[in-house]
Amino acid sequence: MDWSGLALSVGMAAAAGLVGSFAVMRRMSLASDALSHVALPGIGLALAFHLNPVLGGMAALLAGTLLVFGLERRTGIATETIVGVVFSLALAVGSLLASGEELVDALLGAPGRTGAWELLLGLLGSAAVVTFVLVERNRLVLSLVSADIARTSGVRVARLELAYLVAFALTVALGLRYLGVLLMGSLTIIPAATGKRLARSLGGMLAISSACAVASTLVGEALAGRLHRPTGPLVIAVAAAVFLASVPIRRAR
Amino acid sequence: MTNALEVEGLAVGFGRRQVLRGLSFSVPAGGSLAVIGPNGSGKTVLFRALIGSLPHQGEVRWAPATRIGYVPQKLDVERDLPLTGWDFVAAKAAVVRASQVEARHALELVRLPEEAVASPVGALSGGQFQRLLLAAALVGRPNALLFDEPTSGVDEPGEERLYQVIHRLQVSEGLTLLFISHELNVVFRFAANVLCLGQDPPCYGPPEEILTPRRIAEVYGEPMGYHHH
Repeated sequence: MDWSGLALSVGMAAAAGLVGSFAVMRRMSLASDALSHVALPGIGLALAFHLNPVLGGMAALLAGTLLVFGLERRTGIATETIVGVVFSLALAVGSLLASGEELVDALLGAPGRTGAWELLLGLLGSAAVVTFVLVERNRLVLSLVSADIARTSGVRVARLELAYLVAFALTVALGLRYLGVLLMGSLTIIPAATGKRLARSLGGMLAISSACAVASTLVGEALAGRLHRPTGPLVIAVAAAVFLASVPIRRAR
Repeated sequence: MTNALEVEGLAVGFGRRQVLRGLSFSVPAGGSLAVIGPNGSGKTVLFRALIGSLPHQGEVRWAPATRIGYVPQKLDVERDLPLTGWDFVAAKAAVVRASQVEARHALELVRLPEEAVASPVGALSGGQFQRLLLAAALVGRPNALLFDEPTSGVDEPGEERLYQVIHRLQVSEGLTLLFISHELNVVFRFAANVLCLGQDPPCYGPPEEILTPRRIAEVYGEPMGYHHH
């Protein structure tokens, strides 16, 4: 793998670990994993119209995020339920739009050579997500513990929620090409689950989670080269192995 | 004396169920109001409407430059959440642009032991967690404190101490206090006025007038004991 690809995957993994920490702490692991699948119809449409599939996926993710956010606020139905419905619909529509090898690539990822603009956008996107989580972490913490406490502290809770969902969607979009629709959600959730298992403070959680995501990506990458196997599934397998290894470890008291 | 809070014709409903209706009262700056009433009478709903967390009809007017500290009654926090007491209080301090020194001072005021501050919030006892919430509410020098007391969780001497801390802040900082309590002794000692929900119309007045055995029986539907210190 070339250096630019490596830089891109490290940036994407760091963003995934950070944004995933809050997804796991907010108990939206399943919802956020499913949300990542919303990218599929966008990829299908982009392929049908000979456009860049990542841009199509990103557009679908943003549209899906806004739809979920809007429906949740209007109807009061739980996020999990809405994401479940929107996800199934997206997967169905996406499978109709893409087919054969394209579909497999979209689902599991197909890292290829990275263009200069793709590298630039990817690095900027990762930097934006990392900055968002680090700058907003205190507001995210308050609204995680109690939206009412956050509100009385001057946090615009609805706006923060939306910004968080957009950051999440952006993170997933960053990894689409690399890990695919099915696996990218896992890279946000599994390292964060390891972090939650091992850490006892917020700083520890963010550090362990992003370190696990970056390490899994690098190890998966190296293994893929040696074993001549696709990268995405190996990255997730490594992340899951780290999580399973963390299960017997009790967090330091 | 100017009012810290004026409420006029407040009504809150969920679907067809009207929880609060036609509620009007005011709280002078530096004053203290206890809200009492049986379960389901809308005490917490009232607080959440006052802080703008629930859609409502009618007017809620806080004095200009009001900084609210809010202590919710009960929070559903996971036991294994990797967030220490200090993480939480420091987050509040950062958001309201208060110093870490002030955050430490608030923790000292509520007498939360150092090991509890360093523990994950999910591992704290009910009473410790409530003190943590009070400390967080006090960070940022609020001039109005809304304290939703849990029905259980804080042992009685501990509860008494918390109210003494709040009372001292009322005297020294002119803090306006609104609190929900099931402890009529506490209401007697620390409230200048009492608002009792669950009656139509709600009753309002100083504790000596409101907390008569007959009235208490009317509000709660049964006689409730209290000792007047």
